[in-house]
Amino acid sequence: MTTTIETPTGAAQTMVLNMGPQHPSTHGVLRVILELNGEIVVKAEPVIGYLHTGIEKSCEAKTYSQVITLTDRIDYLAPLSNNLGYCLAVEKLLGIEVPKRAQYTRVLLTELTRITSHLVWLGTHAIDLGAMSVFLYTFREREEIMKIFEYVSGQRMMTSYFRIGGLALEPPPGFLDKVRRVMDALPGHVDEYEDLLTNNRIWLGRTQGVGIISADDAIAMGCSGPMLRGSGVAYDVRKAFPYSSYDDFNFDVQTQTAGDCFARYQVRVAEIRESIKIVRQAIERVAKADGPIRTEAPGIIPPSREEMKTSIEGLIYHFKIYTEGFAPPPGEVYQVIESPRGELGFFVASDGSAKPYRVKVRAPSFVNLQSLPTLAVGRLIADVVACIGTTDIVLGEVDR
Amino acid sequence: MESQEADKNPVVQRLRAWDGQAVSEVIEFRGETTVVIPREHLQRAAGYLATEPFLYFSFLSDITTVDKFPLEPRFEVNYHLLSIARSDRLRLKVRLAGNDPVLPSVTSVWPTANWHERENYDLFGIRFEGHPDLKRILMPDDWEGHPLRKDYPVEGPR
Repeated sequence: MTTTIETPTGAAQTMVLNMGPQHPSTHGVLRVILELNGEIVVKAEPVIGYLHTGIEKSCEAKTYSQVITLTDRIDYLAPLSNNLGYCLAVEKLLGIEVPKRAQYTRVLLTELTRITSHLVWLGTHAIDLGAMSVFLYTFREREEIMKIFEYVSGQRMMTSYFRIGGLALEPPPGFLDKVRRVMDALPGHVDEYEDLLTNNRIWLGRTQGVGIISADDAIAMGCSGPMLRGSGVAYDVRKAFPYSSYDDFNFDVQTQTAGDCFARYQVRVAEIRESIKIVRQAIERVAKADGPIRTEAPGIIPPSREEMKTSIEGLIYHFKIYTEGFAPPPGEVYQVIESPRGELGFFVASDGSAKPYRVKVRAPSFVNLQSLPTLAVGRLIADVVACIGTTDIVLGEVDR
Repeated sequence: MESQEADKNPVVQRLRAWDGQAVSEVIEFRGETTVVIPREHLQRAAGYLATEPFLYFSFLSDITTVDKFPLEPRFEVNYHLLSIARSDRLRLKVRLAGNDPVLPSVTSVWPTANWHERENYDLFGIRFEGHPDLKRILMPDDWEGHPLRKDYPVEGPR
């Protein structure tokens, strides 16, 4: 069903059109300067920075623990992934190990985050391409998972639930049962979305053969996550550089070879199913593992509430950690995790003081967006919408 | 911080064998290897690391700068490389003096460097020679100063 669009030859009359920054299909405040020949894109230039809030600069003025609340706000569709990336980076800097139960709980919650993020992507992408109803279904299921986040952390979105050395709180009773119930219902719902889209002629017409990027180009442009796997490169940080005990779980890296919008759609839908698999395994592992949810490191990790109330050392540590913070040894680390959008890296440099000297976020959608011209040039304006959609950008992360 | 461990690293050995001048220091910290490279060797070393079949660092993950102000050399520019084929990572580091923050662009080796270099130019004022379109990316075009420099106040300019 691939169609090629031939550019009319002869004296080209081009016009320049601004798409965005206020345009519903740009998912926030992305502006794309399009140079058009009729309806065909000759040149596309993304303009970003409208949501730049200087998060990296703010990090330098906060203690290591305070930065966690900022990481939630980088990629607001996957706050727990950001929490995890940052916490792992600081834990690496400190050289501390997190107890297994906390690691498995982290895996469980970040995979739920991946599901919510992919659900939002699927719903909004379908709306962009004119299929309204999918959005209503995906947000219904997303809401169930948001309720789990609220139940476990007290917050739907800006959870800040992962802390340096473990978790903020003991998960409340009945947490695993709630997750199990949602996971039992979800595969059937994913079938529903696929019923609506996968064999839908209009959907295929809008996505197949649109926005193609080859494997070599995707690597050269630094694409990661479903963007890269949709082009046939089986690179997943969870497999290549396992973190937080991902090597204890059985799952497959989902790839497609076509490299078009439809391939990226297939990869993301398959990833929802893989994440359900991982969450199910994580439920078993969390249930079996016992032990603390936080590592013990006096002076770095705050003591438990009980210890703080009953021992003088506990009280002193608690007070010191929350007023002064803690000082990791001088050095630099780069920790990468697989966020729903791809390779999310945290570069943390310490000068031996209680505040990070430099925090750099390697935002996957910032890098993925760079390949938009590769996807869109030579296609129609309507295809630009599909290309932006399957790039799955979150402007909070692009601009930071 | 030259350690024996770092010298056993096959990537470091290869780099040294290729050109001893290109490696001025090797730092090993928390299992991560950093190779400090003099500015004049950066572009050659990048080309070598990206294409040499045994190394194959074909994926540039990130470029980021650390401002050591008021110390000299003031800037440290870090290149985070990834070899998908070998599941390996490497950090290249180039040190730059505060009065001469100029680097050769690596966009010819890794096209993805385009936006990374623009970001470092925008926020730190590092200039990349040979970059196809070096202009601000996150801040407005008419912005003055480079916000992530340490002598730029957190509250913004006054």
